[in-house]
Amino acid sequence: MSGGVDSSVAAALMKDAGHDVMGVTLKLWSGPNGEAPTAGCCTVSDAEDARRVAAQLDIPYYVLDHTDDFSDGVVNRFVSDYASGRTPNPCIECNRTVKFDRLLARLDDLACDVLVTGHHARSRFVDGTWQLLRGTDAAKDQSYVLSMLTQDELSRTRFPVGELTKNQVRQVAAGMGMRTAHKPESMDICFVGQRDYRAFLRDVAPEVYEPGKVVDSEGMEIGTHDGIVGFTVGQRRGLGVAVGEPRFVTKIEAGTSTVVIGRRDDLAVHGVTLDQVTWVGGPGSEGRVMAQYRAHGEPVPGWLTSSMLEFEEPQQAVAPGQTLAFYDGDIILGGALISATH
Amino acid sequence: MREMIYLDHAATTPMRPETWEAMAPFAGETFGNPSGVHGVSRAAKNALETARETIAGIIGARPLEVVFTSGGTESDNLAIKGAVMSNTPRQGMVTSAVEHEAVLETADFLKRLGLPVTIVGVDSEARVDPDEVAAAVTEDTAVVSVMMVNNETGTVQDIRAISDAVKGVSPETLIHSDAVQAFGCKAVDVDELGLDLLTISAHKFGGPKGSGILYVRDGTALEPVIHGGGQELGRRSGTHDVAAAVGIATAAEAASRDRNRFETEVRAIRDRLEERLLGDVDGVVVNGPETGRSSHHLNVRFSGIRNETLLMLLDQHGVAASAGSACQSGAATVSHVLEAMGLTPDQARESVRFTFGWTSSMDEADEAASIVESIVSRLA
Repeated sequence: MSGGVDSSVAAALMKDAGHDVMGVTLKLWSGPNGEAPTAGCCTVSDAEDARRVAAQLDIPYYVLDHTDDFSDGVVNRFVSDYASGRTPNPCIECNRTVKFDRLLARLDDLACDVLVTGHHARSRFVDGTWQLLRGTDAAKDQSYVLSMLTQDELSRTRFPVGELTKNQVRQVAAGMGMRTAHKPESMDICFVGQRDYRAFLRDVAPEVYEPGKVVDSEGMEIGTHDGIVGFTVGQRRGLGVAVGEPRFVTKIEAGTSTVVIGRRDDLAVHGVTLDQVTWVGGPGSEGRVMAQYRAHGEPVPGWLTSSMLEFEEPQQAVAPGQTLAFYDGDIILGGALISATH
Repeated sequence: MREMIYLDHAATTPMRPETWEAMAPFAGETFGNPSGVHGVSRAAKNALETARETIAGIIGARPLEVVFTSGGTESDNLAIKGAVMSNTPRQGMVTSAVEHEAVLETADFLKRLGLPVTIVGVDSEARVDPDEVAAAVTEDTAVVSVMMVNNETGTVQDIRAISDAVKGVSPETLIHSDAVQAFGCKAVDVDELGLDLLTISAHKFGGPKGSGILYVRDGTALEPVIHGGGQELGRRSGTHDVAAAVGIATAAEAASRDRNRFETEVRAIRDRLEERLLGDVDGVVVNGPETGRSSHHLNVRFSGIRNETLLMLLDQHGVAASAGSACQSGAATVSHVLEAMGLTPDQARESVRFTFGWTSSMDEADEAASIVESIVSRLA
């Protein structure tokens, strides 16, 4: 229970369905000096909301400390990804390495049968196989961030709010008089808060700032920068170079700490190399899939082989480090990490 | 909610019925501000001063040496900051690594102000060595603060020996002891202990929350932490909470009469749980001393089992225990006391505190032992 409306309603729906429900909030992060985060999910006030909702539902409620797991699996990964020129998605890493991996590992100890989350996604048990589907509310669908779940994980997880639209979720919460019914959604990366991620990196890992060159697509030096971590592929603003037409970061070369700048055309990505490919329903078929590379991006057609995906149409702003999810209509087939683009 | 087996008395203990009975009139008809000049005030003032005399009598003090506060944390703050900020040439502080946060965070604050603060370590049973404390003291040390009974392990410190050793080095240095955990189970006499300052807190022995006292030896220079109307001889301003003062006095009387029962009955109940856990559960280690431990603390480590998990399951089975310290969010944190005793963070995360009190029974110890055994055997 993050303290948001979705997990509040997820708990309420399971309780209404007659289950014995226990609420937990994960304590994932405290600042370098142990202070609580002030924005995004996982703040002290959010934990307080979760606690109050649990009290209203009359279910036991606990705060579980996974700060070490989060620090190792998510924050350090976030820093090292930027340091090596990738564009990480820490929320996906958190789902994968902490929320699902760690909590599912503790289910037996806690004498629980399933883990319930407030994600907007649906699961179905069809012909002996667990399917993962997009949430009912297309605009709020979160199946992308769950694309790397396995059969075993799905069999022990439930997503009750994925059957509802966000409006319906809020109506359920309002109908029960829940304090979280009208709470705004958290948009920030929880450990970064409302500041720029670059300021966060400067605070926690100043050593990753290594000055280097800014070059054009021909390799001509056109400026300098104080660290590749300040850049993401597709970035247009804050490049520190003055040239006539719009320029974008087209490539980040970590080995030489070089930022390559080019025209919009240079951003075109025809295909990606994949790492850590996982299949929801077991080893999947290669061939034509709908591929999604951003949490709320439109899926686009592409051809999948064992470790590559070729887009039918070139895509822009695809960067190493992002997750690629494969869909067949509403059914999610699997996911992978993008290790390189071409 | 079903009946709990409450084994977290060191966190707080139920109010004794006579306490509430004694307090009730001061939430009702006897509502006066004791600082006024009329009859309504006089009744309140009389109750306040009677409460002060009662407490003074129990700790071997004179009534005006008793300052009413909002509890243990305020008393610790007043003792330490008050001593350091007072108009004396001494500004330093010496304390131990196993103190309550009310003392350690105050020490950290003084450190941030640039004042000399020394924190003395402990042995593997959380015991402070009086000679080590004395060795850390200089003529610049304003106050030494060492708790009487540790809140996590129940380790009893030799306060008299610490006082003697310190006074031998620096006679002007004030000796403070936080006796919050001690008062309910051990005789507390300020002269016998050699104390200048002493903290007690009502809710640990059947009084109300938000009520404490600081004993301040006559003639001790103390700068107030809360400035204002000059109540409590200027040592603690703010309109008196008469009900809270009556509550702590009533509970203190009841608790001091009950101490013998703590040493015999409550100790036997605690020992029953300890023996059963040591005998029937694999990999159980007691944190803290075998002798020189309070009658009602039991801190045990279950090798290979995370305390967070065990505490949740105990709660599910109706047993209330704790991990010793909890942060505001409710997550269990690694105990600084256990770390100071030399446990690794992982070992500290396997440790659970069971504490007994005036309502504890032998049946509760037996039932709790059986529940712990069944949970641990399932987790192992």
